[in-house]
Amino acid sequence: MRKHFNLISQYLIGVLFGFGLLISGMTNPQKILNFLDLAGSWDPSLLFVMGGAVLIGLIGFYLLTQRIQAFFGGALRVPTRRHISKPLVIGSIIFGAGWGIAGFCPGPAIVSVGSGQAKAIVFVIAMLAGMWICEHFFIAYQKTA
Amino acid sequence: MQINWLEFTPDPSLLGGILLGLAAALYVHLHGRILGISGIISGLLHPKVGDVIWRLAMVSGLLSSPFWAAWLFDMHPIQVIDADWMAVIIAGVLVGFGSAYGSGCTSGHGICGLSRLSPRSLVATLSFMLTGFITVFMIRHLIGI
Repeated sequence: MRKHFNLISQYLIGVLFGFGLLISGMTNPQKILNFLDLAGSWDPSLLFVMGGAVLIGLIGFYLLTQRIQAFFGGALRVPTRRHISKPLVIGSIIFGAGWGIAGFCPGPAIVSVGSGQAKAIVFVIAMLAGMWICEHFFIAYQKTA
Repeated sequence: MQINWLEFTPDPSLLGGILLGLAAALYVHLHGRILGISGIISGLLHPKVGDVIWRLAMVSGLLSSPFWAAWLFDMHPIQVIDADWMAVIIAGVLVGFGSAYGSGCTSGHGICGLSRLSPRSLVATLSFMLTGFITVFMIRHLIGI
């Protein structure tokens, strides 16, 4: 039974995260690009999205210090690495270039697939290919985040 | 710098951001994991027993969120995708590769990482923001598309 609740919770948090992206306007690539366009007509909305998210996130992760294991069981798998590695920086630089070309990052792209956007479907297939290339040629499977 | 007051949406963006932070906080408390979309998706590329269904449940939530938003709240967010097909494919590969190599994307590093005051995630977020700014500057102002 607990396993079913676990999956329902996974699903509902996915829906909630999708709502967050849809309401905030982050599923509109043009809005992302207008934020990244400092030299043009700048749309600061993304700062408000990050501000709201990090404000709640700070409280959430602070409260996590009181928790020994996950509610649905199992250890808390919070990353412990602290080293600022070369792959971290190079990977993020490459990520930012792709983000700036189309205005899509992984979450909004997946949600846009759900809205039936043909370009989002192509983007996600290309994204999966990029992940596959990285994991097969550049790193042996590595834990994320 | 000039602010695009027409496109600027502080209220919905703040509200959406709060929902994103709430989802990330719930996720780590209930499931013990970082809500990082790129990591959750890339785990499906090398499926392991007992490690697939929860990822699919989460991704189904994201995929179905536009349907629930339309059905429950009559919400149909606009999407404008300026990038052409070739640009979408290149962007997808870069985003996929970069998030895998850099161990995270805008959700894992941006929202969760900053919320738990991770120095690695701060460096990652600053790196992809910087290249995002540079890329949009080059495309919109140097090449002039």
